[in-house]
Amino acid sequence: MTVYLVRRLLQALLVVLAMSLIVFIGVYAIGDPVEILISPDADQIERERAVQALGLDLPLWQQYAVFLTKALQGDLGRSFVYNEPALKLILQRMPATMELAFGATIFALIIGLPLGLYAGLRPNSRFSRVIMASSILGFSLPTFWVGLMLIMVFAVYLGWLPSTGRGDTGTLLGMQWSFLTWDGLRHMAMPALNLSLFKISLVIRLTRAGVRETMLMDYVKFARAKGLSPARVTFVHVFKNILIPVVTVVGLELGSTIAFSVVTESVFAWPGMGKLIIDSINVLDRPVIVAYLMLIVLMFIAINLIVDLTYSMLDPRVRLESKGT
Amino acid sequence: MSDAVIPGKIADKVETPFRRFVSEFAESKVALGALVVFIIITLLAIFAPWITPQNPYDLAELDIMDGRMEPGTVGGAGFTYWLGTDDQGRDMLSGIIYGLRISLTVGAGSALIACLIGASLGLLAAYAGGRTDSVIMRLVDLQLSFPTILAALMILAFLGKGIMNVVIALVLVEWAYYARTVRGTALVERRREYIEAAQCLALPTHRVLFRHLLPNCLPPLIVVGTMQVARAIALEATLSFLGLGVPITEPSLGLLIANGYEYMLSGKYWISFYPGIALLITIVSINLVGDQLRDVLNPRLKK
Repeated sequence: MTVYLVRRLLQALLVVLAMSLIVFIGVYAIGDPVEILISPDADQIERERAVQALGLDLPLWQQYAVFLTKALQGDLGRSFVYNEPALKLILQRMPATMELAFGATIFALIIGLPLGLYAGLRPNSRFSRVIMASSILGFSLPTFWVGLMLIMVFAVYLGWLPSTGRGDTGTLLGMQWSFLTWDGLRHMAMPALNLSLFKISLVIRLTRAGVRETMLMDYVKFARAKGLSPARVTFVHVFKNILIPVVTVVGLELGSTIAFSVVTESVFAWPGMGKLIIDSINVLDRPVIVAYLMLIVLMFIAINLIVDLTYSMLDPRVRLESKGT
Repeated sequence: MSDAVIPGKIADKVETPFRRFVSEFAESKVALGALVVFIIITLLAIFAPWITPQNPYDLAELDIMDGRMEPGTVGGAGFTYWLGTDDQGRDMLSGIIYGLRISLTVGAGSALIACLIGASLGLLAAYAGGRTDSVIMRLVDLQLSFPTILAALMILAFLGKGIMNVVIALVLVEWAYYARTVRGTALVERRREYIEAAQCLALPTHRVLFRHLLPNCLPPLIVVGTMQVARAIALEATLSFLGLGVPITEPSLGLLIANGYEYMLSGKYWISFYPGIALLITIVSINLVGDQLRDVLNPRLKK
């Protein structure tokens, strides 16, 4: 196990290095670095001074070394627009994105589990067919358009929920959270639902498949034969057993939820990391773009690492297989 | 196909693989309907200039006085705006049909290029094995471990906006799916006798790869390809909606939806609503066709 762990950590480190190189080349070599890193309003003398200060006259490998050293110290440049360290700017927006992602996960579970359970218990009923057809829609509907339609129905026509923004926030652990206030929760409802659409479909399908599989197990038949009530069989014997894989998958999906929040945040003007990166790309605030990309790359590598390690702990075959290669 | 020369009556009785494929595909009425819808959409897109009541990008034909008209209003030019107009007085129906053109071209084009690159690399990985295989597959793993939207965002952040850059981004995020699919099939196929026979005949490698191995890897590739076209169209629409995709001069469906965003809050729903419906119908019909293709082409599901 230790050998595997070390090997896997080394691999992750390699990927971080490779990605930092890609981001570095993307910003410094493909685009014009002067244009990218120096504010467009700077005059000629300022530009030259900046070129010197940024070390852009050095050979590329030296520049990369400087970039890496600074990145390791947490310095990923300053935003042109906000004139603040890019990393700090992103971290400030992180709670908004996180609570949206968690809200979406909760929605996915409280909507997806009961529907999936029903579809699994009565696979041939009309309502189950409707559920399964809608889950296909949930996979193919473009998220941003559904978001617009949600705004149209619930904010414009019905006027039940606020259309955009984050609303009032409460402070917890020195960070601003929307879920602490009623107004904030009202603002969060639609974006969280929008972000969860894909996950709801996923949970429905996983739950249904799990239920259908578990219903055939001997222990379920035995519980029935003992004369336990159908409710007890369903909720204690079946439900408990399908919950583990469903929750695992939903947890693993957290990373891609954060990624897809880029779209939802833009639709609902939700001031999270995703909205920040889109705005930054639109005004070419490159230090923020670089910082966001590096951060997200790190996050994904960490998530993938955790997933692999969890799987290898649960399934020894994974460990043995990787020893072979 | 040799059956083309056999005249009418006899041909009906001969069951060629193609005929069997067609009849099995037609078993699902839903899939057949989806295919018809998709063909209609494609024809609309191809013949857009001859079908639409207006050329939405010829400023001379636009009347700013007709801006933001409700669906069904008769405009200054004398024809009815069945789906309303946008803020420039552009007929939404014409705009959508022209938008379909761009969405389909970008989606299908990028899927095709990604397929060529991905399939070649997948074949190479399976055939060469060893170090080549592990390098290519590590790249595939790396690509697949990031959500497509993030990878595309990253690439567009480097390259900037523009229709070519969107295609490049889509190709770069999609090739891995094809590579993985083809490698999986090719690994099984390359152990078959006909590959051995071809190698014994000392045929050049490229001939073995593309004339012997590739045709036998096609079925799963077609299925993945169909699904990926739908994904590419959806992704392009998302990127364009975020303002990172196609330029305003060549609006795809995603950009049309984005244009309607600000007017929706004042109740003018049609500018965003109808392009979205068009997008939805396109994606769902492609997915349904892909689903049925998977069922028909998957030998494991054969009765």
